[in-house]
Amino acid sequence: MNIAIKEKPVELAICAHQLNLWYGTFQALFDVDLKIKKGIITSLIGPSGCGKSTFLRSVNRINERLGYVRIDGRVEVFDQNVYAPEVELVQLRKQVGMVFQRPDPLPTSIRENVLFGYKLHSKKSGNRTQQDEIVEQALQQVLLWDKVKDRLHHKATSLSLEEQQKLCIARLLPVKPRILLMDEPCSALDPKGTEAVEELIWELRGQYSILIVTHNMAQARRASEECIFMLMGRVVEHTPTNQMFVTPAQQETADYIEGRYG
Amino acid sequence: MDNHMFAATELNRKNQRTEKLVRMLFILMASLLILPVLIILGTLIYKGGSIISIDFLFTDPTNGMTEGGIFPALLGTIWLVAVALVISVPLGIAAAIYLSEYAPDNWFTRLINLAIINLAGVPSIVHALFGVGAFVVFFGFGTSILAASLTLAIMTLPVVIVSTRESLQAVPHSFREACWNMGATRWQTIRRVVLPNAISGILTGIILEVSRTAGETAPIMFTGAVFFSPFLPQGIMDQTMALSLHLFVVSTQVPGVPENLPYGVALVLIGMVLIMNSVSIAFRMRLRGKKKW
Repeated sequence: MNIAIKEKPVELAICAHQLNLWYGTFQALFDVDLKIKKGIITSLIGPSGCGKSTFLRSVNRINERLGYVRIDGRVEVFDQNVYAPEVELVQLRKQVGMVFQRPDPLPTSIRENVLFGYKLHSKKSGNRTQQDEIVEQALQQVLLWDKVKDRLHHKATSLSLEEQQKLCIARLLPVKPRILLMDEPCSALDPKGTEAVEELIWELRGQYSILIVTHNMAQARRASEECIFMLMGRVVEHTPTNQMFVTPAQQETADYIEGRYG
Repeated sequence: MDNHMFAATELNRKNQRTEKLVRMLFILMASLLILPVLIILGTLIYKGGSIISIDFLFTDPTNGMTEGGIFPALLGTIWLVAVALVISVPLGIAAAIYLSEYAPDNWFTRLINLAIINLAGVPSIVHALFGVGAFVVFFGFGTSILAASLTLAIMTLPVVIVSTRESLQAVPHSFREACWNMGATRWQTIRRVVLPNAISGILTGIILEVSRTAGETAPIMFTGAVFFSPFLPQGIMDQTMALSLHLFVVSTQVPGVPENLPYGVALVLIGMVLIMNSVSIAFRMRLRGKKKW
């Protein structure tokens, strides 16, 4: 098993083949082909309604909850088709974690929030010491431990929005996801909070493959290594971030990043 | 002063006067609601307060129910309410969880909702006759606490379902989504997040149901409650006396009852209900203080 992996290293975290998606009769994605690399931060930019969030949500399949979504094509996560019939959504969502625009901590304590996913996905919830370790480790990783270690039993909603968002990232980590999807994770935060969460996302790269949707051009530029520009449900350009912002290949991309529309 | 740019015009003043008048009218209407409560409570305490004592609560009626206490009726009401609760609470909560958390919007769900609305609208005397037909005769429970409590349970089921469903719906949808997005199943979400946050509302609904059940007379008078019984109920297959029926009996059916006796019975009944309601309000305030959003 190990040898096989060494011989053929997994390079791609997410791979979309000819992905088409409809909400009812409205087609939101057209022939999307994407190869998103493992272990880096990739940002998805484009004007509102261009399909970037739709693509993000089709990776862990939470689009389907709407009920009127139809999909054609494939999305592979680490070479496994997530639309294969044997896929268990619980497993998929465990390994492909998601962070939303508005922090959505659960109405319990900070500690319970961090442990929530872990308790869902493990047979035994472990003893107190193990749980303490998990909580500390996850909060350390999101740079929140020093701030909250003395008030782990306070309500998660008593934290600032920035801290709540970090907590929402922290609670994904104990189940060891391989991919983190982030849907405009900073847009509810003030500039200082945005900076802090961006720093955190930057810290997490390498360990996780991160795909982040953003409206904030400066954020895409600062906090991602590769950048995808989408327009009207199609991928226009996918290049290293520096390149996109310095020498965009397509006219539409240039227009968008210069702020001519969007 | 008169030529101030923002001074009131004649029209402004007229509107202000109307406003005051309308406001007074509404205050008056709303205050009228307090009156009946005060009058009822006042009359009961004035006329029946003298008979209330520990002895009155804990001794049997004597001398053809014209003297003595109300213990068998008090105990019977507790029996009836408790058994009704044991039946209606699990059923009602389960139904509400299905309707709130699982049910798709289709004809079957709409049918269930229609049934709940209709069940809530059935007059209690009709429930009583249904209880006789179904539980006393068809299932052969006879006139017993079981038959009476089943009738009461069916009657109060819509209340439990509706109040539970509303409490569940009051838990913000975003919490459910957050759980699902982490890979939680519906049941894990309900058990770990929805129920703990809805529990105060659910309990409030149940307590209100208790107070309603305690006062019902029609559904129990054919199904399990008796005018007079020399024995205390030993189990759910026994008949029993009940406060509400006892009040009816001593008020209308027995000659020579001293005036303060029926008032005393009514006072005990209403006291029970008021105590339950205050407990429910206290409970709600306590848990609302702990609400986490």
